[in-house]
Amino acid sequence: MNLAPATLGFTLPVFTADDAWTVATVACCATACALLGCFLVLRRLSLLGDAISHAILPGLAAAFIITSSRGAIPMLVGATVVGLITAVFSSAIHRWGRIPEDAAMGVVFTSLFAVGVILITWGARDVDLDPGCVLYGVLETIALHRVDVVGFSIPPAFVSLAVVLAVVVLVLTVAFKELKIVSFDAGLAASLGFSVALIHYTFMGLVAATTVVSFEAVGSILVIVMLIAPAASAHLLTDRLSRMLWISALIAIGACVAGYLLAVWVDTSVAGMISVVLFGVFILTSLLAPRYGVISKLAHRVRLAVRILGEDVLGMLYRWHERAALSGTAAVPPLSPADLRRGLQRPFLTRLALASLSRQGLIERAATVSLTPRGMDAARGIVRSHRLWESFLAKHLGLPLDHLHEPSHRVEHFITAELQSVLSREVGEGRDPHGSAIPGPGTASQQSQPS
Amino acid sequence: MNTEFWDIILLKDSTTRTVLAGTGLLGLAAGVVGSFAVLRRRSLVGDAIAHASLPGVCVAYFIVGERNFVALLLGAMAFGLLGAATIAGIRSLTRIKEDAAIGLVLGGFFGLGIVLSTIIQKQSSGNRAGLDSFIFGKAASMVASDSWTIAGVAAVILLTVGVLFKEFRLLCFDREFAAAEGRPVLFLDLLLLALITLCTVAGLPAVGVVLIAALLIIPASAARFWTENLTVMVLISGAIAVLAAVVGTIASAVIPGPPGSLSRGLPTGPCITLAAAVLFLASMFLAPRRGIVADVWRLFSLRRELALQKALTQAIDQGRGPEARP
Repeated sequence: MNLAPATLGFTLPVFTADDAWTVATVACCATACALLGCFLVLRRLSLLGDAISHAILPGLAAAFIITSSRGAIPMLVGATVVGLITAVFSSAIHRWGRIPEDAAMGVVFTSLFAVGVILITWGARDVDLDPGCVLYGVLETIALHRVDVVGFSIPPAFVSLAVVLAVVVLVLTVAFKELKIVSFDAGLAASLGFSVALIHYTFMGLVAATTVVSFEAVGSILVIVMLIAPAASAHLLTDRLSRMLWISALIAIGACVAGYLLAVWVDTSVAGMISVVLFGVFILTSLLAPRYGVISKLAHRVRLAVRILGEDVLGMLYRWHERAALSGTAAVPPLSPADLRRGLQRPFLTRLALASLSRQGLIERAATVSLTPRGMDAARGIVRSHRLWESFLAKHLGLPLDHLHEPSHRVEHFITAELQSVLSREVGEGRDPHGSAIPGPGTASQQSQPS
Repeated sequence: MNTEFWDIILLKDSTTRTVLAGTGLLGLAAGVVGSFAVLRRRSLVGDAIAHASLPGVCVAYFIVGERNFVALLLGAMAFGLLGAATIAGIRSLTRIKEDAAIGLVLGGFFGLGIVLSTIIQKQSSGNRAGLDSFIFGKAASMVASDSWTIAGVAAVILLTVGVLFKEFRLLCFDREFAAAEGRPVLFLDLLLLALITLCTVAGLPAVGVVLIAALLIIPASAARFWTENLTVMVLISGAIAVLAAVVGTIASAVIPGPPGSLSRGLPTGPCITLAAAVLFLASMFLAPRRGIVADVWRLFSLRRELALQKALTQAIDQGRGPEARP
């Protein structure tokens, strides 16, 4: 990327053809990885991508040393052989050694990676394949090599990655239903007559081939992130597989463009920056996703807690009214906000609950808290639920008197008007087992002992 | 090269002695902690922690401005623990499973490390040599104080494991039972993670971030073939790791690197990993009771025994004649 002359006092990046080719190449790679990654993440096979991207290194190195060319076919063959070795060795070690599966995988891929690094430093002497570029790829120089394809001068890496992307899209389109059913319910797929093993190995082959081709461009670390991060982010945003695929592809492309621009701006490794951007997208998604995000889950829990505490406040106020009506206001001191906060034992949430109730016009807050007429109706509903449930527990489950309050106190928040009328038919109106009057659905409160 | 070779093998050089003492002690600590890491299913978390510590090295380098091992160790430790915490956070707070969380942290943090180290490389011309060796490890670039630091870390790790051996054993084999017995399992889990991190970052100058996990995983997995007893496994694992570290360090020093390159020798991390892998293969095939050779031999003798008994039964049947057969 060139920087325009600083006529405006700052430099504006200018997007050259080389930049465009690099971004297009890495975007192809990221999209192919993201689409396959969706299935890896759903099937909990993410670490297989990790293992493959490390383990294929000796295959690539050996293919290079034997044929002394960077042709795609020998490299693919070498990588496939090593991929098979990885799978066979991991399961053999897991079975024979009774070693946990993750450790078995760890043994195989670290060893193979070490072999690969040594082969490269030692064997492939005068090549531009050094241990560093194994990790971060050669993105920066992709656009420098060009081949002529039907009159256009195109980087060969773009051609191979575009082909890979096309194959991935084709396979996913043709075998979408099969892949989906095998991913979500392998047992059902087998009983329906699908060849689970065939589909599984086709998919794995696709992952391996994509990893091999991507590896050279973006390095082993970025491949792992590209496989996992867009898919994991998309998984937090939707429950539908087809939407997950679309979202992950969009995230992948967006992160490539943003990562490339950032890397040029800071003047650092492009592969590294794209990894960071993808990881950042995932972290942001996991915080902000509308349904599965950490913040929205927290907000949901706070809202529920505030609603329940608000209803508890209404219940307390209603019982205070009952007691005051029985023995006179002078004998029962009115409740202040501080009393309520202390009584409910969760001061901060109770403060929120009081604010929410007064906003809804259910209570009036001054030195003391009192119910408005609408608040009185709502409170009556809560206490009615509580006492109906107590009567039900006593009548039908035969619980002793001192076991009635706790369960009813929890259930009262989830009893609907419909359930109230069913319960009322079951246990009748009148008084609860403690002798307190069950407030009627629309009647005024009666004087009685609080339960 | 010949005299140099013998100098290294015979430990004539004091530098070689310190470097070997450092990597040997590191191996011992890694082998011991690794046993628990493997049994507690934390092997790949260890890998992720190791990769995650790279940005910590760079940040410490930014702050201190030179290759100060203790500062880099602290930075690496901080980011390693942050990585472990991120994995735990993703696993418990979102619907993303642990395998994806491990991969995300491994790649995301390592990517940040590459970004930072590239910036350092472009800013300072000569000073980066020390930092570069943290990726694949270069034992030759270690100085005496590095070895002393590693020795201190190893002592802390071995002492902790020695004191809490019974607790860690319970944690690895039956976490629920340990919890029911009133042991602080969460604290023990975190302590084990901290020990893994400590061991990982101590190994950075010798083995590098990419392959230090191998020193945790491979010796412990190899030791598993030799025994069913945890104490024995920890000792064997430690021994295998020391052997791998020493052999790997020597190999990386004496085997010539590519002729054109400036740095002599091979990166140490891959050499140590390969030495460990060879010992692992040997264990897998040759271990007396659980090795593959022993397994095949057992199968073979069982078949022979069966064939012999069948032959004997037939001989008896024929001796009795057809009418005696049931």
